[in-house]
Amino acid sequence: MAVYKKTYRPYEGPLTAAWSRFLVIRRYAFEDLRRSRFLTVFYLATFLYPLIAALILWVEHNTSALKLLNLENTSRLIAVDAGYYMTLLGWQSMLALFLAAFIGPGQISPDLSNNALSLYLARPFSRSEYVLGKLSVLLTLLSWMTWVPGLLLFALQTYLEGWDWAVAHARIVAAVFFGAWVWILLIALLSLALSAWVKWKPAAGALLFGIFFVAAGFGGAINAVQDTKWGYLLNVSNLVGSVWVQLFEGDNPTSNGAVFFRVAPGSVIPVWVCWTVLLLLCAACLYMLSRKIRGAEVVR
Amino acid sequence: MDPIIELDSLDVRFGGRPILKQLTASLTGRAIGLLGPNGAGKSTLINTLLGFHRPFAGSARVLGLDIRTQPRAVRGLIGYMPENDAFIASMTGVRFVRMMAELAGLPSEQALERAHEAFFYVGLGEVRYRPLGTYSLGMKQSAKLAQAIAHGPKLLFLDEPTNGLDPPARARMIQLIQEIRDRGDLHLILSSHLLRDVEECCDQVLILKDGNIAAHCDLEQERRANRRFLELEVRGASNGCFLEALEKLGCETAQGAQGRVKLVLPEGLEIRRLYEVAAEQQIQIRRLNHKRDSLEDIFLKAMENSEARNGGL
Repeated sequence: MAVYKKTYRPYEGPLTAAWSRFLVIRRYAFEDLRRSRFLTVFYLATFLYPLIAALILWVEHNTSALKLLNLENTSRLIAVDAGYYMTLLGWQSMLALFLAAFIGPGQISPDLSNNALSLYLARPFSRSEYVLGKLSVLLTLLSWMTWVPGLLLFALQTYLEGWDWAVAHARIVAAVFFGAWVWILLIALLSLALSAWVKWKPAAGALLFGIFFVAAGFGGAINAVQDTKWGYLLNVSNLVGSVWVQLFEGDNPTSNGAVFFRVAPGSVIPVWVCWTVLLLLCAACLYMLSRKIRGAEVVR
Repeated sequence: MDPIIELDSLDVRFGGRPILKQLTASLTGRAIGLLGPNGAGKSTLINTLLGFHRPFAGSARVLGLDIRTQPRAVRGLIGYMPENDAFIASMTGVRFVRMMAELAGLPSEQALERAHEAFFYVGLGEVRYRPLGTYSLGMKQSAKLAQAIAHGPKLLFLDEPTNGLDPPARARMIQLIQEIRDRGDLHLILSSHLLRDVEECCDQVLILKDGNIAAHCDLEQERRANRRFLELEVRGASNGCFLEALEKLGCETAQGAQGRVKLVLPEGLEIRRLYEVAAEQQIQIRRLNHKRDSLEDIFLKAMENSEARNGGL
C-alpha cells in the first residue's frame, strides 16, 4: 500500500525467526558505530601489529627476503612459539580494552536515559536477547582484533612451517581462542554493566580503566602494607595473565605472561582462584545488568 | 464476543506492598478505557499485561494467551505507547520506528515501508528524517503512536496518549485514536486520568482506585440507558394528574421540587407523546433534558462507593 493512502492497516506478512531478533540490535549498533571516523581509524590501526607479525613470519620463511636483509645466516629471526602468540594476544587485548572503553559505555546508557527499554521489551524480545544483542556488538569487534588474527597467524605459520609444527604447537590454538574469550567476554560485560549504571559515557569509560588500573594499584598497596600476595586479586590483568600462562603453557610455565598481563614473580595466585574471581566478576556484571535492564522500573 | 483481557484474581506486589489487589474482570470492548486517579494502578496493570511485572498471585489472559506462560506471544500481539518520553534522541524518526518494527518481527524491507506509512499516518511524514530529539512534545507523542502501530498489532496499549498536548494536538491525537478504533482491525486499551479522552474514544471502562476495581461498565449501554432517562420542568394545573397520565403510558416517574419530574420512558414511547399528554392536562413543559449520566458521574460514583467500602472496612 502506498503511503499517500494514510490509513492504518494490520500486518499479515511473514515474520523473522524469533532467535534472530537480537541481530537487529547488533545491526543498528554497527550502523551507529560506523559513523564515527575516529573509531574507524582506531579500529583499522589495531590491525597493524598482526600485519607486522604476519610480515615477520613471511620474511622468516622467505630466503630472498632474508638475503635482501642480510639475514640469510641467522638461524631464526624470532621464535614462533607460545610466547610469540601470547605477546600478540597481550598487545591486542590491551587495544581491545581501549576499544571497549570507547564504545561500550554508549551501548546501553542512551537507551536507559531515553526510557527506550520499555519499547524494546514491549515487543516479543527478551531482556537476555537485548543484552546478547549489545554484547554481540562488542564481542564481534573484539574478536576480530584478538583471537581471529591470532588464529590466522597460526594458520599462516602452519602453511609456511608445515603440519608437524602445527601438531607440535596445537595447544596454542585453544590457548589463543579461549584466552582471548576470557578477556573479551570480561571487558564486554564490564563495559555493558558500567554503561547500564553510569549514564555519562566518559565517566563509564573512565571507570572501566579505573577497574583495571586503580584497582591494581590498590591491590599493590595492600600487598605492600600487609606483606601478602592476595592484593593481586584486585589486579584483573594479573588474574587474566595467570589464566593465559596456564592455557598456553600448562602446569610447567616458562614465562610469566604477556605484555600488560605479567604475573609478578613469586606472587603467583593459584589458577583456580583466578578463574573463580574472574567468574565472580562476570556474574556480578550480569547481576548489574539484570537489575537495570527492565521494561519498567519499580519504585518500592 | 471473546474477552480481550481477562483478569483472574490478579495480584501484583512491589516489595510486599500490594499494588493491584485481586483484580477480576473480563474486558470485551473494542476500545477499553482504564480510568483512575494517579497511583490507582493503571500503568502497573498495563506493565503487568506486558510482562514487565510478575503477578504475585492470580493470572491474566490477553486475547486468550496467559501472560505468565506465554509472555512473548502476548507481546507479539501488542503495540505499546508508553506514558513517558521513550525514544532514542539521536535516531531519525523513521529509523527508530523501523528498528522497533524489526524487533517486533517484521523483515527489514517491510519494516521500512510500514515505518514510512506509520509516520505519514500520524501526520509526521514531513519530519520523518529528523532526529527524534528535535521533535516537539506533540510530535514525540505522535512518533510514539507510530512505533506502536507500525508492526500492525492486534491490541494497542495507549498510556496517557494526550499527556502534555495542546488542544489542537490533543484533538488530532483523539481523532487518530478514533480512526484506528473505527477501522475495527484492532482493540485498544486507553489508560488516562482524563475522563474526556476516555469518553470520546472508549466503549467500555474499567475504573481503578488504590489497586482495586472501583467500577467496570459498558459506556455504550450507559449511553443507551441515558437516552430513556428524562428530566422535565413543568408548570400548570395539577402535576399529580400529569404523572398519573404518564404512568398509564408505562413511564416510571418521580416528582421533584419546583415542578421537576424525573421519568424513564418505556421502550417504543416517543417523546412527542409526552407533549400530547401535557397538552391534554393543560401542563406546560418548560424544559426537557435527557439526564446524562456522564462518565464523570460514573467516575465520581465509583470513587464514592470505593471510599464508602474502605470506610466500612
